Amino acid sequence: MSRARHSRALHVWLSVVAVVMLAWTLFPVYYMLLLSFTPTNDLFKPGLYVEHPTIRNYVYTMGQDNPFVRYFWQQIGNSLVIAVWAMVVVAAIAAFGSFAMARINFRFRRWVSGLTLFTYVIPSSFLSIPFFRMMADYDLIDSKLAVVLAMVTFASPYALWVLSDYARSLPPEIEEAGAIDGAGILATFFHLYLPLIRPPLIAIGTYAFLYAWNEYLYALLLLTGEPRITLPVAMGNFLTTDNAPWNLLMAVSTVYSIPPVVLYYVFKRYLVSGLVSGAVSGS
Amino acid sequence: MRGRLLRSRTLHGFLFTAPLLFLFAAFVIYPMTMGVWFALDADAYRALFSDPIFRQTAINTLWYVGVAVNVKLVLALLLSGILDYPFRWIRLLAALFLIPWAIPALPGILSFRWMLNSQWGIFNYLLGVFGLPSVPWLAQYWTALGAVMVFHIWKYLPFWTIIFLAGRRAIPNELYEAAAIDGASSVQNFWHVTFPLLRNLYLICTLLSMVFTLGDFTVPWLMTGGAPGDSTHVLATLAYRYTFTMGRLEWGMATFAVAMPATLVFIGMLLRWVKI
Repeated sequence: MSRARHSRALHVWLSVVAVVMLAWTLFPVYYMLLLSFTPTNDLFKPGLYVEHPTIRNYVYTMGQDNPFVRYFWQQIGNSLVIAVWAMVVVAAIAAFGSFAMARINFRFRRWVSGLTLFTYVIPSSFLSIPFFRMMADYDLIDSKLAVVLAMVTFASPYALWVLSDYARSLPPEIEEAGAIDGAGILATFFHLYLPLIRPPLIAIGTYAFLYAWNEYLYALLLLTGEPRITLPVAMGNFLTTDNAPWNLLMAVSTVYSIPPVVLYYVFKRYLVSGLVSGAVSGS
Repeated sequence: MRGRLLRSRTLHGFLFTAPLLFLFAAFVIYPMTMGVWFALDADAYRALFSDPIFRQTAINTLWYVGVAVNVKLVLALLLSGILDYPFRWIRLLAALFLIPWAIPALPGILSFRWMLNSQWGIFNYLLGVFGLPSVPWLAQYWTALGAVMVFHIWKYLPFWTIIFLAGRRAIPNELYEAAAIDGASSVQNFWHVTFPLLRNLYLICTLLSMVFTLGDFTVPWLMTGGAPGDSTHVLATLAYRYTFTMGRLEWGMATFAVAMPATLVFIGMLLRWVKI
């Protein structure tokens, strides 16, 4: 009896907290969507819903039918190319690295580990200005390669961390099986190790993709010129004008948010468990 | 024989980590050395410390790192307790609660900015509905800095909540069962079982989050851009302003150099506790 009452009180309390949490979490997202469906005439009449919803903002965006979105497809393409390159390179580098870190007991391991953690922890913005100078010296300003290099550098440490952590939990039979077959270390890596680390590899590939897709600072510094910048930089540039079309900007925002949201929810299982094993085992 | 094996192990380890080592040497160590080199300019520090904007920026950064991060992590710790209840609808709640983490920072900031617009934003509209005077949110110091901090909490709270949730799930259930036999209340449970076991994780997360936030550029830059009147800069946005708006590269480097000692202390503590 008392227990039933207790659990009802608990449910009421939990529901109240849940409502507050959802309102706090979802309202800015709702507002972004709301604005993206608002016709320009209603933009200056704030409210909690939109009276005459329209998809015109999306049509303009997709058709590049406004000076602000003139290079929309080009820019989203730039974002995509950079993110895919970052994903592939980070996955490759971390796969090789984790094999060494988890499966080979080599002499300078602690150094590599320290250096990796250092790179993970140091705020990337602290290195942004010298990095910019460096890329200017090599004449790489305005090339995607410069951004990809930065993204790969800053996304690799975490990727290595998650992969090594997983690889350490694999049984020692991998190397033994490889040794019995007389396989070289490369064959062991490709045929035995790589298939086994597929799940965390997906997680860190997604992580690297999202890291690069979301990046603002390095893209802002390293890319110039509307056809060459990435989508977030273009969106940031909207803000420098006084008459920014906010409803259009929110349509672009929504489109820009879709790939990461889809990836998060599709790969959530991998992402969360990867993150968590890294963080919890670190304690 | 043994020597050869060892050597081949070292060689293999080195070869497999070579791409990483190259990256770190070329794009972390080298730029850092270059940054220190540029920041070896005593005049730059004299200029910085006599610049009132720099002093204001240092204070803002302390607020941002000290207050926003800690409020966020305390909330995350408490909310992870909510998400730990084994009801089915809690799982749905957790999934929805992750949305700010999934959405890139920029769209969220834009949404906040329009909500805070003093003429057409929804907040001032709602204040008006209740007969209250409107607030120039992003045009006065405290509310502008507050907006940066609130957005930071909005965006990063889910991530840390999930981390603490995993930490809670790693606590063996027997401990709570034992506490229940002793008739412990849920508050006692928290202080005597949950918190002592999560303390290390909590400390590491605090350090990590502080270092990450110390270098944050995107949120302050896009939320206020330093406005009103360069009063809400943080280190990274001020360094950007010095370097690219004013063309004083050495000032920009020096801005980061000032934060380096504290950063290195944080990193040193982390390196002791965390292993890869």
